[in-house]
Amino acid sequence: MSRHPAVAASAAATRSGPGRLLIAVYALFAVAATARSAVQIATRFNDAPLAYLLSAFAAVVYVVATAGLARGSRASRRIATVSCVVELTGVLVVGAISLAAPELFPDATVWSAFGSGYVFIPLVLPVLGLLWLRHTSPGPPGREPEAN
Amino acid sequence: MIDVLSTVLIVVSLLAAAWAGVLVVLGRPVLLDKWDGVALVGFLLMLELALVGQAIVGFVALAGTNRDVDRLSFGGYLLGVLVILLLATAWALTERSRWGPSVLVVGCLTVPVMIVRLQQIWEPHV
Repeated sequence: MSRHPAVAASAAATRSGPGRLLIAVYALFAVAATARSAVQIATRFNDAPLAYLLSAFAAVVYVVATAGLARGSRASRRIATVSCVVELTGVLVVGAISLAAPELFPDATVWSAFGSGYVFIPLVLPVLGLLWLRHTSPGPPGREPEAN
Repeated sequence: MIDVLSTVLIVVSLLAAAWAGVLVVLGRPVLLDKWDGVALVGFLLMLELALVGQAIVGFVALAGTNRDVDRLSFGGYLLGVLVILLLATAWALTERSRWGPSVLVVGCLTVPVMIVRLQQIWEPHV
């Protein structure tokens, strides 16, 4: 209990209630994407270097977003917000490219076809993450001086 | 791999997911000082033990085959499913609201997905 009370409250806010479920799904994707890309890169990197590097990048983004949401301090919230934006951009751009130019992706990534291989959870997750961060936001700086 | 064991594990994990789903609907957290919480966690521990059994059977089968199986992925799924169920349970127990069992719904639904992936890796032609 040595943490600053405002920081502790903010962490509890992102980590409790629906945040519990959100972080659980994020953690699941972090583990799945990390393990998958580690196997791909270790065993058959030359088959589809671009796809496997993107898988690894997606894995890192999921890990960072999970950690940011779970910690919930002001800095981690910002980090989580950036990761969610990167994630949303990634799934939209990679999803579009994978449909427009499938020859670039001989093997699928988490984000291929907007995450259809993972029942579109990769597309929904960053949106929910951003909504949750906004919902639990402590408010604009001037209004709650002690919270900042 | 033993198909009977896989089928039983899939059914049991779906039952556990449904049980956790009922708790979500009722708005009951998983509490270890309540009988229903203890019963669910006991059920999950039995599932975890059965998954340990699956891991042992799986690694023995892997050691005894000459076929070209993606050994790294197979081993990863055998062990990963153990970790995921434990983490989901721990993460669910520390939330004292209906969102605790919701984590278990996700965790328990992940188990059958991983078992199906194991079967696909074991018999790529199926």
